Amino acid sequence: MATHHHEEHTHAQPVSFYAKTLWVLMALLVVTVWAGFLKLPDWLGITVALTIAVTKATIVIMNFMHVRFSSKLAWLFAGAGFFWLIIMFAFAFADYASRHWEPVQGW
Amino acid sequence: MSVREAELHLIEHGREVPHLGEQYETIEQQNDAYTIGMWAFIVQEVLFFGGLFAGYAVYRFKYLYEFVAAHHTLSVVFGALNTFVLLVSSYTMARAVRAAMRQQHKEQFKYLLWTIFFASIFMVNKYFEYSAKYHHQLIPNQSYSAEEVIHHNHLKVENGMVDLGARKVSLEEFTGRTKLFFSFYFIMTGLHGLHVLVGIIVLAILAVRAYSDYIRKIPHADYMPVEMVGLYWHFVDIVWIFLFPLLYLMGGQ
Repeated sequence: MATHHHEEHTHAQPVSFYAKTLWVLMALLVVTVWAGFLKLPDWLGITVALTIAVTKATIVIMNFMHVRFSSKLAWLFAGAGFFWLIIMFAFAFADYASRHWEPVQGW
Repeated sequence: MSVREAELHLIEHGREVPHLGEQYETIEQQNDAYTIGMWAFIVQEVLFFGGLFAGYAVYRFKYLYEFVAAHHTLSVVFGALNTFVLLVSSYTMARAVRAAMRQQHKEQFKYLLWTIFFASIFMVNKYFEYSAKYHHQLIPNQSYSAEEVIHHNHLKVENGMVDLGARKVSLEEFTGRTKLFFSFYFIMTGLHGLHVLVGIIVLAILAVRAYSDYIRKIPHADYMPVEMVGLYWHFVDIVWIFLFPLLYLMGGQ
């Protein structure tokens, strides 16, 4: 498309960039399903499944959601969500994991 | 005069970037404000779903054997197929955003329709999955029965006790705990499905706009609405990326 007017700056990438991203996501989907059928011990199965899920999510956020090309402020906002999520998980799990400690002698 | 009509009016009178709000210095600044506002929304959505994930994790840890038994009744094939469909829809969405950025409205329209198509396939699959659960009395209401879970896992029931290998629990407890799993399953996938439905509606509105831009040969349409809905759509994809392994795949030993 021949354009003579002023081009607005965008994050548009070549088609191959999006296609490659999709292929990597598909490969990770195959790996996670395959790992699911391996009958791994529970803790290992969770670790593998969550590692792959976090990797897939990061790829989607960086490439499809264009965070890779966004401003520092957008990075901060995107990062803050996952930071708060980790705080919520850490505090909730610490609560449930420590409940059976009570009653603590001498307290 | 609607905002849209005002925009078209400005285009006809030769203003280069008609969609620049008067409170912004440049279009880049406006686009950045859009992006950050959308991320603020997505962040609260992350925490909204995060609470459900945290609850699921706590109870899965507490009632591991019951949850794993219930989880085995879910179809990995359906789950994987839906993951595939949503990943492809994320790709078509990214292509729609790319076309919008390049002012290629016909291509933008085409890829928005593809995204709606894959989103609909996802919903159809979910319908079949939910119907099967209804058929097996696995909807967590008064008619819930753990029979299908017991049958599917070849568990032995003797004197009202369910043998889980490592330990035995009463049928009553087993029913309650597997019912809890299905409560999480339906609330989490249901809320996610609701997000997909909302996505389909918003995508349809964007598709109509794209077609109108194509017909009117608008040279400088605002691509940010497409980029913003794209962010939302990819977020919905990410939620499923976590739901799929956590609900369908993790059948521990």
